[in-house]
Amino acid sequence: MCPPAAARAAENFSPSLDTARSSGLSPHLQRLEDEAIHILREVVAEYRKPVMLYSVGKDSSVMLHLARKAFYPASPPFPLLHIASGWDFQALIQHRDRIAAAYGLELLVHSNEQAARAGVNPFDTETGEYSRLMLTEVLKDALDLHRFDAAFGGGRRDEEKARAKERIFSLRASGHVWDPRNQRPELWRLFNTRLSPGDTMRVFPLSNWTELDVWTYIQAEAIPIVPLYLAAERWVVERDGALIAVDDERMRFLDGEKTVKRRIRFRTLGCWPLTGAIASEATDVRGVIAELLDARSSERQGRLVDAASQASMERKKREGYF
Amino acid sequence: MPDTLNPALAPPANDALPLQTRSELRFLTCGSVDDGKSTLIGRLISDTSGLLDDQIAALRDDSRRFGTTEDEFDFALLLDGLEAEREQGITIDVAYRFFATPRRAFVVADTPGHQQYTRNMATGASNAELAILLVDARRGLVEQTRRHAAIVALLGIRHIVLAVNKIDLVDYAEARFREIEAAFAAFAAPLAFHSIVAIPLSARRGDNVAVRSARTPWYAGPALLTHLETVETGLDAAEAPLRFPVQWVNRPDGDFRGFAGTVATGSVAVGDAIVVAGSGRTSKVARIVSFDGDLPAVSAGRSVTLTLADEVDLVRGDVIADPRRRPAVSRRFAADLVWMDETEAIAGHRFLLKIGTATVPATVSRVVDTLDVESLRRAPADRLGLNSIGRVEIETAQPVAFDSYADNRETGAFILIDRSTLRTAGAGMVTEGLDAARDVHRHAETVTPATRAGLKGQAALVVWLTGLPGSGKSTIANIVESRLSALGRQTMLLDGDNLRQGLNADLGFDTASRSENVRRVGEVAKLMADAGLIVIVALVSPFQADRTRAAALLPEGRFLEIHVDAPAELCRQRDPKGLYARADAGKLVNLTGGDQRYEPPEEPALVVSTGELSADQAADQVVSLVLASCST
Repeated sequence: MCPPAAARAAENFSPSLDTARSSGLSPHLQRLEDEAIHILREVVAEYRKPVMLYSVGKDSSVMLHLARKAFYPASPPFPLLHIASGWDFQALIQHRDRIAAAYGLELLVHSNEQAARAGVNPFDTETGEYSRLMLTEVLKDALDLHRFDAAFGGGRRDEEKARAKERIFSLRASGHVWDPRNQRPELWRLFNTRLSPGDTMRVFPLSNWTELDVWTYIQAEAIPIVPLYLAAERWVVERDGALIAVDDERMRFLDGEKTVKRRIRFRTLGCWPLTGAIASEATDVRGVIAELLDARSSERQGRLVDAASQASMERKKREGYF
Repeated sequence: MPDTLNPALAPPANDALPLQTRSELRFLTCGSVDDGKSTLIGRLISDTSGLLDDQIAALRDDSRRFGTTEDEFDFALLLDGLEAEREQGITIDVAYRFFATPRRAFVVADTPGHQQYTRNMATGASNAELAILLVDARRGLVEQTRRHAAIVALLGIRHIVLAVNKIDLVDYAEARFREIEAAFAAFAAPLAFHSIVAIPLSARRGDNVAVRSARTPWYAGPALLTHLETVETGLDAAEAPLRFPVQWVNRPDGDFRGFAGTVATGSVAVGDAIVVAGSGRTSKVARIVSFDGDLPAVSAGRSVTLTLADEVDLVRGDVIADPRRRPAVSRRFAADLVWMDETEAIAGHRFLLKIGTATVPATVSRVVDTLDVESLRRAPADRLGLNSIGRVEIETAQPVAFDSYADNRETGAFILIDRSTLRTAGAGMVTEGLDAARDVHRHAETVTPATRAGLKGQAALVVWLTGLPGSGKSTIANIVESRLSALGRQTMLLDGDNLRQGLNADLGFDTASRSENVRRVGEVAKLMADAGLIVIVALVSPFQADRTRAAALLPEGRFLEIHVDAPAELCRQRDPKGLYARADAGKLVNLTGGDQRYEPPEEPALVVSTGELSADQAADQVVSLVLASCST
């Protein structure tokens, strides 16, 4: 990752105070874990009805693992909410149901069936509009329906520029809108959790984690993840430079497109027709970390939704997406 | 559990990993607009290979659209995040950046050098262990450098890197570097930094950023990255006495009762004696519970769950502490306050105060001075405006546990939340407690207030009659006490005029004396309620803030604020003590209802209108309310 520093670190490393912990985690991961647990508990202590947004992805998997730790020996005292677009990878849905059952968690699943019946789909509908209808609006409706006052999300500040300035406790006015100019300063560990009527809070316990942190933590803690994150032979088509996996029979092929078998994995898991895979030989988490250490592209590149426009993430956040 | 779900993904937990010893440093960068701060961060990220191909592609694209530098990358564009800011070409908030070496992971709080700098810098500094102060080698120390140094010092950062940037533009001149280094050392001497490391560098060309530069052979110190990788900053929190603010009480079933929280400072081991700061109860640590099994001991930063050897009543907001080195527990303290709200901070303004895991109503009781962060001089002031810093006195409704910020960054910090907008209005750092009896720690009582009241067959209560002079408070209070006594209730009457003959004989009638008068009566009423009595108070107590403070001394529902309401004209006619007449004759000032205002209760438990009711009828209403509230 950093050749000159790596060489130096190997030469003159001496154990320092902060490595002398009893746990198996590095001091860095231990600090991130402790910080996330603190945030999770703060929400449960201060809010009437929290919920955890569970996308079943790697970040959600880490967040759920942290929640099991934070409230042990009690179970996490809130339900999980999955927004299913109807175009989710099959393996992701299977993993979701197995995890919820194995851990005995309450799982809520919401979808925009009306829009799906009206013909909204990732092939014909403009990508921004598709994700607004199938994800953002469903999320907002679900939060309103259950009257959740705080929702955990797995967002990280390193993902994208608009997120670098995101608060850990991100205030949403009624309608779930995010006003970047009306966010509260966050000092020390003293989170201002107060809400006016109609306001809700989005809370990001993994704010200070990087993609590499997430993977090394998954490895260290042996956290189960959707197998799509690991390389395997899968059927794909190449489209606009991205590898799109053919996850079910609804795939719409363009002229001249051929299905080919490739050894691929995914860095993020969105709707399958909109999620690009990468060629990879990493069949286990250790391999993913190794590839990540010399990776040359950041993870959101695989998502066609983000590439749609400059600062599209910021626009989506304003609309109420995470 | 995990291996049955996903065998391929469950390696042995003890499998050694790369990065196993990686530590973490959180730091802040500050400098004025053109000092090259964003370029430096971009350079650090780039030199540690954190800058990825698609980010570089996006950056090229952005540099063409928004860039201020032709052809070159504009590293600053990597850091700005929000559309509005990019179009205006300014950074207006704190952005967090991440990069890592095998040895350390870094979290960078990037704060702007101009607008809102105090607020943003305080925010960034509050969670940083080190600050990089950038100066332009050509310009040397400027006003902003001094301001930034003062703010980071105030926020408790003890490690400074003075990054003398653009050293290439002064031809790598050692003399220029030494001059700036010496000037800063002289300025920073009173700021008590533990380490100041000055480094000559060029963020643009990479000199002394990741590796030492051949172009500064006269510089013998480390490159910036090397210093960041090796500086030790974590000692203070580990060496401070144990402070464990209880965050959440974990009660999954009747058998387990654990106190979840993060060890703020110090360390704790199984078997350690502890004290609950607020109540003075002592016990021993029975278990340190974690998902990964019980732990023998943990130190600062760890989020765990403690169980205690004894049944101790603990709630969120309590602080578990080292019994030999206890925090102060008080309702009054002085603090330095960074003001972040458009509405000025003035004495009497009420807020919610969050300290540790406790949130309590609080008042800024006095604004003492403001700090000029450039000269480090303090000037007397009675208000704090947006982005100013000053010394204030704070009074909380209930006692809170705290240390001075200089001793403990975790338990000496608080925020003030505006009660109507709910904005975070101020960030405070406790300087000292204001109770004269500072080293007196509460002794836990074996016989509790509930026991005492129980023996009397009643629930204790404070019945607080407030109203204008001449409204009938004393008359009604006397009738109420007679009736309650006749019913076998154990009571005590505290009449304002009578107390002024003794306990409060030293007090006058100006605003401050009235507040103190009400404070004392409130404290006496609380003590008598703790003794199990039904306490009837008859006191003008003209100000809502003072009455609210008295109410806060009692448990919820144990303080009945009753407004004895009569038209001002009627009180004036009655004038049982001749006060209005004397005021009219110019022989008396500070008369409530005369030249001094009266604030009626905002949420009284009862209003008795003595213009319409007889004293007996009014007393009947009060007695009914008391009986409903004091039966056990």
